[in-house]
Parts: sequence; C-alpha cells; structure tokens
Amino acid sequence: MEKLRRTMMYVPGNNPAMLADAHVYGADSIMFDLEDSVALSEKDSARLLVYQMIKNRQSNTELVVRINGLDSEHGKKDIEAMVRAGVDVIRLPKTDTAQDVKDVEAIIEKVEEQIGRPIGSTLMMAAIETPLGIINAYQVATASNRLIGIAIGAEDFVTSMKTNRSKVGVELLSARSQLVIAARAAGIAALDTVFSDVEDDETFRREVNLIKQLGFDGKSVINPRQIDLVHHIYKPTDAEINYAKQIMLAIEEANEKGSGVISVGGKMVDKPIVERAMRVLELAGLSGGEHE
Amino acid sequence: MKINRNAVAGTLESSDIQITIVVNDSNKNNIVLESPVKHLFEEEIEAVIHETLKKHHISGVTVKAIDKGALNCTIAARVQTAIYRASGNEIDWEAL
Repeated sequence: MEKLRRTMMYVPGNNPAMLADAHVYGADSIMFDLEDSVALSEKDSARLLVYQMIKNRQSNTELVVRINGLDSEHGKKDIEAMVRAGVDVIRLPKTDTAQDVKDVEAIIEKVEEQIGRPIGSTLMMAAIETPLGIINAYQVATASNRLIGIAIGAEDFVTSMKTNRSKVGVELLSARSQLVIAARAAGIAALDTVFSDVEDDETFRREVNLIKQLGFDGKSVINPRQIDLVHHIYKPTDAEINYAKQIMLAIEEANEKGSGVISVGGKMVDKPIVERAMRVLELAGLSGGEHE
Repeated sequence: MKINRNAVAGTLESSDIQITIVVNDSNKNNIVLESPVKHLFEEEIEAVIHETLKKHHISGVTVKAIDKGALNCTIAARVQTAIYRASGNEIDWEAL
C-alpha cells in the first residue's frame, strides 16, 4: 500500500519538548526543522539535538528533516549528521534546479558509504519556493530516485512573484497546478505549503479542500490541531467507500468469470475508475476511526 | 579532547537542560546539578553527563547543569554541544 502523506508536521529543531512529543499527534510524517526556525547561533545545538532525537526515536512515524541549504555553512553538516542518525527523509529547502538535488544526493551517498548504510536508503524530498523552481519542477522531481515528493513553499514564492497570500489563494493556483502535475508525471508525492493562521479554521478547511481537489497528497502543518482537520477532509465519505467497494467486487467477479467488460450501477468501469476506487479504499483504511 | 574555553548550551525551557562547562584546576570532572527531579534522577542525569565527557576523553572540567526535566538524549545533546563549543573541534562521530 502506498504511504499516505496527508500531513507533515513542522517541529522546530531546537525545542526538546516539541521534538519529543511530536509523534503523539498522529501526523503521517513529522518534519524536524533545522532551517528557518533555528537561530544562526543555535544551528550546532539543533543539529546535535535532532541527531540524538532520531537516534533515540520512540515511534515508527516517518521522520523528515529540513536541512539548511548547501549555500550556507550548515547544509553539508546537517546532511552528515542526519544520514548518520538514520533519518528517513532529507528535505531540501529552496530547490531551484535538478542540480540542487544531485548536489545533496552526492553528499548523502558519500556519508552512506562511509558508515555502511545501504546506498539509497536515505530518501529525499524537495521544497520548491521560487518561480524558477516551479518552472523546473519536473526536472527537480525526476533528478533522483531517492525523491519521494516535492512540496511548495508559498511565502518565498509569493514574495518573488511580487504579491502576497490571500484567503482564496489565487496567487498560488498556477504554481500549485504546475507542481502537482510535475509530481504526478514523476510518480512522486505532492505536498502543499503551510497555513500559518492556526485560529482561522474556515480558511484552512477551504484551502485543504482546494489542494485535495487539485490532486495533492497532503499538506504541511504547523500546529497539531491542524492534523485532524486535514485528515477529516481527506477521509472518503461513506458513499465514496461503498461505491469503491462495489467496483472492487465487480472487478473480482469479472475476473472469475473471465469477463472483459464491467459495469456498476449501469456505468462502465474502466482502469482510471478502478485506480480511483483503490485510492479511496487506501485513504479509508488509514483514515478509519477519525471523526466518526 | 582539550577544552579551550568556557561554553554554554541549552536553555531553561521545559524539557531542556542548560549545560555550562568550565575548566577547573584538577584532573577530575565535577558536576553541579540543579533539577526539580534531582531526588529521583540525580544519579541518572549525572551518569549521562559523565559518560558523554568520558567518550570525548575530557577531564578537568566542572559542568553546571540546570535541568528542566530533560530526556537523556537531550542531556547528551546539550553536553555534546557545550563540549564542541568549548573545544572548537569538529564533531567526532565515533564519540557520539
């Protein structure tokens, strides 16, 4: 079954309490941040703290670490520490080109060789935060077999576009569309940006509905209370689940009979409909029990 | 590892521990611990600090530790940070 990435929760990398508790809230992935949430004077401290937290992890939740860029003195050190710690996924910030991905991959691979970690076992994801990155999204998404997804970072993007974020999100529509198309073409996940106003549930829900409809796998969240809101929206309805079950049953029956043509409720069922049904059942299986 | 200067790491926030390393006049390591759970975990906290110093071959320092309920991995991380700040050395991964 495909790994669900409906929610990826940001956790500041130099906060022991938040790092230790992050796994209890039920996010699909947790992202320890060594970049923007850590003061320059504390980069060394956060790196060692996150290293120790990962070495002593208490749960199986997927652990992602956002490193500093290779254009800083911290990026390479972050990569070495995280690969040694056994992180699941390294997230690159501000990825503009395929070469950015390859540069990080080369360092990861070197450390994996040094410590005897299986080559390729450290996965990657890339955050795209500039117009150039959006233009290059497909090249970025296909730059390494380690990539499990690409994500859009909206704040830097809208600033580069000489605009700002609105409640309807029209300024991000084109970039989101291009990013999700690139991810789908590459066969990897698409993750949406954070929504910073944790008091504004109405706009948050609207935004989650929008990105779900665009085809995103999920969203980065900055507060535990946003997790259930996202999961609830991604959870299929009873009608969707029943229809998906009918389709899978019809497929089984058709296979037993050796029949090539299948219909459910008078409608012909073809491959895309079966794939959507499987996706609904995957989401239902992992969303079960929430908001019953 | 040689300690060249005094150094501080960590904060006084909940679940953290603030570590200060100061060179002393002996060849032994001393720990001065403040903690709300000292009566329960003094030995364990001090053991983590001693072990981390030992792995880095450090002697002749006093460690002042103000604990706010830190986990062992947080204690180790903060002591390590203080050690590398105090020594100015690059990280020795084998010692972690």
